[in-house]
Amino acid sequence: MIRGENLSKRYGDVDAVASTDIHIKTGAITAIMGGSGSGKTTLLRLLSGLEIPTTGHVWYGDEDLCDMPDKRLYEVRESMGMLFQYSALLNSLNVYDNVAFPLHEHTDLDEDVIRTMVAMKLEQVGLRGFENLMPSELSGGMAKRVAFARAMAMDPRIVFFDEPTSGLDPISAGVISTLIHDTSKMNRMTSVVVTHDVSAGLAIADHVILMWQGRIIAKGPPDSIRESTDERVCQFLEGRPDGPIPFSRSTTSYIDDLTHRPGTVRLES
Amino acid sequence: MSNEMSGKSSAISMFFGSLGRYAMRGIEELGDGTRLGMQALSLFFVRPWQGKHFVLQLYALGVGSLAIIIITGAFTGMVLALQGYYTLAKFGSESLLGAGVGMSIIRELGPVLGAFMIIGRAGSSITAEIGIMRVTEQTDALEMMAVNPKQRILLPRIIATTIAVPLLVSIFDVVGIGSGYIVGVELLGVNPGAYMAELIAKITMHDIYGGWVKAVVFGFMIGMICTYMGYRATPTTEGVAKATTQAVVVASVGVLIMDYILTSFYL
Repeated sequence: MIRGENLSKRYGDVDAVASTDIHIKTGAITAIMGGSGSGKTTLLRLLSGLEIPTTGHVWYGDEDLCDMPDKRLYEVRESMGMLFQYSALLNSLNVYDNVAFPLHEHTDLDEDVIRTMVAMKLEQVGLRGFENLMPSELSGGMAKRVAFARAMAMDPRIVFFDEPTSGLDPISAGVISTLIHDTSKMNRMTSVVVTHDVSAGLAIADHVILMWQGRIIAKGPPDSIRESTDERVCQFLEGRPDGPIPFSRSTTSYIDDLTHRPGTVRLES
Repeated sequence: MSNEMSGKSSAISMFFGSLGRYAMRGIEELGDGTRLGMQALSLFFVRPWQGKHFVLQLYALGVGSLAIIIITGAFTGMVLALQGYYTLAKFGSESLLGAGVGMSIIRELGPVLGAFMIIGRAGSSITAEIGIMRVTEQTDALEMMAVNPKQRILLPRIIATTIAVPLLVSIFDVVGIGSGYIVGVELLGVNPGAYMAELIAKITMHDIYGGWVKAVVFGFMIGMICTYMGYRATPTTEGVAKATTQAVVVASVGVLIMDYILTSFYL
């Protein structure tokens, strides 16, 4: 359903995503994993059409998302949902209005029907009864769950999840992961989950993509990723500090930086 | 000697180089801002209509700025009456006080001071609000919910400022002239008949239309500049703060420049 072809995104001198081909399987959960700064969120934003690629195309069926007129893009987006890393709830609206927002915007449903649908979505995320709270009154986990309910409000065909469990306690993270898994399977929804939570990613995904320095370094079912002998994959999965993926991203020599600045440190041999 | 000369010429070229870069950046931003504003305005006739959001913005900008406009208008009229009275008294022309206060307020001070107050009160909050929506990905969330943020966020604010500013300026004018009357007639003893007669005789519809034209143009400018600054703010706390300051400065300077241009055309 969604296919990225030769996708690149460059910010200044940095290639956030470089010459990447990606195929998102319809009806499956695809987890895009990788360390911080590996380009996974940029890739997600490219696939959702929030960013225009420097090179390449994003195919939605046989239509290029990058060349779509605005009108068509918004039509396509009515079948999409997205859960943002920091929830992105509209902070002038309460929980009810946030979840009802897409329904108010894109349907002519009666307010009573919308109220019932919102109650169902909030029940699904365990927050029925919190309709009148404002986003500023919610905890991080609650905000994520409200954002999840909002993303699901229109029963989308594709949902993008950007770091759905980051910053959450293990129970809340588990609840969100279960929700993603169960809802995707129940609704036969295509889900793209960006995460650096290895256990959650491998547990819920049908297909895993591992990224490093803007490129895909491994892809396949979770079992094949677990059994991979690629040193970079093993280092990431095991969380080892030493290995081919360096922790430091400095481009200059540390010693040079310290010694060549006048009045700082002088190293005697 | 030649080293000194080359040092001077490199300093001059550096000065003009950075001046050129600033000018280029200014022109780029002007182009970008105009394009963004026009994109938003082109969505005016596109469904869904933004009537409800426009009314909400009009209420927030208009009613929210009413108190500051009344206070500023009142004190401007009072100061003008005081200053005008003692200046006119030197020539024995106190009876012209009404015309002086009225013309100053309707043609110049009402639109300009009114616009400044609205920039400070409403323009800065427009920029900060939109900037924060960018920082917290709320505009991206709107995009993903198939709602065009230019149509939903920018358009109602640009239209609302364009309509609210002339209405507020009219209130400023009435309050200013009224407070000038109180100070001139009640406190300083100017003949009430003379105050009103000169006011009515000297102020023409041309003056009033001129003030309104200025107010409409200022309102449109404020909407365009403040929404642009917020929408293009660097998505950081510092970026939003900087954008808010810039919006106030650019809009205020823009109002003064446009005031001169419109005055030179309208006189």
